[in-house]
Amino acid sequence: MSESSLRLVWVYPDLLSTYGDQGNALVVEHRATQRRVPVSRVDVRSDQPVPTSGDIYLIGGGEDRPQRLAAERLRRDGGLSRAVANGAIVFSVCAGYQILGHEFVNDLGRPEPGLGLLDVVSVRGEGERCVGDVLADIDPQLGLPPLTGFENHQGVTHVGPQARPFARLRMGKGNGTGDGTEGAFNDTVFGTYMHGPVMARNPQIADLLIKLALDVNALPPVDDQWFEALRSERIAASVQPA
Amino acid sequence: MAGNSEPLSPRAKLAVTAGKAAAAVSRVAGRGSGSVIGGKVALRFDPDLLARLARHLDVILVSATNGKTTTTRLLAEALRAGGPVVSNALGANMPAGITSALAGGSEARFGVIEVDEKYLAGVARDVAPKAIALLNLSRDQLDRAAETRMLAEKWREGLAGVEAIIIANADDPLITWAASSSPTVVWVAAGQAWKDDAWSCPSCGGVLQRPSEDWFCGECGFRRPTPTWALSGDHVVDPYGSAWPIQLQLPGRANKSNAAMSAAAAAAFGIDPKVALERMYSVQAVAGRYDVVTFQQRELRLLLAKNPAGWLETFSLIDGPPTPVILSVNARGADGTDTSWLWDVDYTRLAGHPIMVIGDRKLDLAVRLEVAGLQFRVCANLDEAVRSAPPGRIEAIANYTAFQDLRRRVGN
Repeated sequence: MSESSLRLVWVYPDLLSTYGDQGNALVVEHRATQRRVPVSRVDVRSDQPVPTSGDIYLIGGGEDRPQRLAAERLRRDGGLSRAVANGAIVFSVCAGYQILGHEFVNDLGRPEPGLGLLDVVSVRGEGERCVGDVLADIDPQLGLPPLTGFENHQGVTHVGPQARPFARLRMGKGNGTGDGTEGAFNDTVFGTYMHGPVMARNPQIADLLIKLALDVNALPPVDDQWFEALRSERIAASVQPA
Repeated sequence: MAGNSEPLSPRAKLAVTAGKAAAAVSRVAGRGSGSVIGGKVALRFDPDLLARLARHLDVILVSATNGKTTTTRLLAEALRAGGPVVSNALGANMPAGITSALAGGSEARFGVIEVDEKYLAGVARDVAPKAIALLNLSRDQLDRAAETRMLAEKWREGLAGVEAIIIANADDPLITWAASSSPTVVWVAAGQAWKDDAWSCPSCGGVLQRPSEDWFCGECGFRRPTPTWALSGDHVVDPYGSAWPIQLQLPGRANKSNAAMSAAAAAAFGIDPKVALERMYSVQAVAGRYDVVTFQQRELRLLLAKNPAGWLETFSLIDGPPTPVILSVNARGADGTDTSWLWDVDYTRLAGHPIMVIGDRKLDLAVRLEVAGLQFRVCANLDEAVRSAPPGRIEAIANYTAFQDLRRRVGN
């Protein structure tokens, strides 16, 4: 890992950038730059090899067919799995979260192998699509304030023993399993169903990834006026009946 | 020539009368123009009414993610050169609103009908149109709408058995996919600035190659068809190679594109492009869009931008810095309740403009603009934003319900 600069990789924007999740890359870049950490961002299209030397990899949500195509190409490419073996940090959202697991249900209704980087398995939910604002408490081990976001998915994700749920729900459906969990994580790989984008609503997650990548315990404080105002408004809105 | 040579059946007449009565009641009750309720009542009396009303008309349907209301207006003006036109000019674009609009046009020869994307295939089956104009498809209200490529797929399936002439934008791969199973297609190089919903091949999923204006799939060979009409700067080039000037009161590249599509469509009804384009000049503001109003002794231009593709086109038409810009975003039902799409819009394009933000979701905008590295001011409402704006005509850009709020506040 580099000492002073941060190599940020935005994986497959041509397939998995449908729900504004590009915002996560913009927020990580912004928060690192504010701390005078130079950032080099690489956007990798799905006909290009995924570099293995990145510090932080971000993957977003997408529609059902692009999700299958992305899983096929990531499996064939192997770069992301090698990067994780090298200790890289990965943060994934929605369709991207499912791809990092062992398996999900593809657009043809068939099980599709994922990358197996996170111990989760996703199936298609039988009920209504999960759409709306979410509020949850993030695993205390991560030391982060409450999670706010917007979910929009049909998938149901079961978290296995090698991963922990990322958060416990106060409002919303999250993993859709009915057990009150949302997302999953292990030492270096994170997954969530939250859009918003999630880093715009929760800039502390961006800070956590930067700290993990730089291997530091703290970052200099920055002016969070608008981020905090947005967080307060969305948290208040999610606990009020619509 | 169409025209109402065959009279409507007694049942259809009763349905039209009942619909008009319901619309009148709705107007008296102060609940809007009544066109949608009128259409619903009429369709309940006679479910085939839409088909029956359309039988007497030469119909063209217009659908797209962006520009369908404006194009419907431009095309209606162009076709008036050939005879009376009935049109749902107010943008009520689902079956009830369309039925209501057609019921009001018994003397018309042409029907120019804007159709909501989700209803296109069904309406096309019902009204047996002579032509269908397809402008563009891109992400819009993803929390409640169908996925964009799925929509293109549904159009393709739904239009495969329809005999209409399809007038289609060859520069949009999703439109091309939707249209290319139809027997008769007029391809128009109408341009499209937004490209981020068509990087993968709609046919095989391969990565699309997009050198300059061209596009093709390197894997399956699906590619941009050769257009017979083209938008070229300020001109429309017809199939004979003649270039006709576009002169509009409406601003921006997107409206030139709408005019090019309209000229090609009008030609399918025998209207000369020169005549069609000259007539389009008369179209001013469309349902308040592009209207310049005076508010608190300041000039404001009202601009509607509902989704990333729309914002991109809007940024390209506003006056340059230091023109002040007011941005307003809501996330009510009609807007889509997810604001994540703000992050697909490249707000760095506004660098150098004084920016004021308002609307229900002004804090989402504030965070977005801060991350884009822009200076901005968060204001409580339009009045405060206008008071805060430095001199000059103000460009006010808003999404759907935020735009309605703006119009109401300025009394437009």
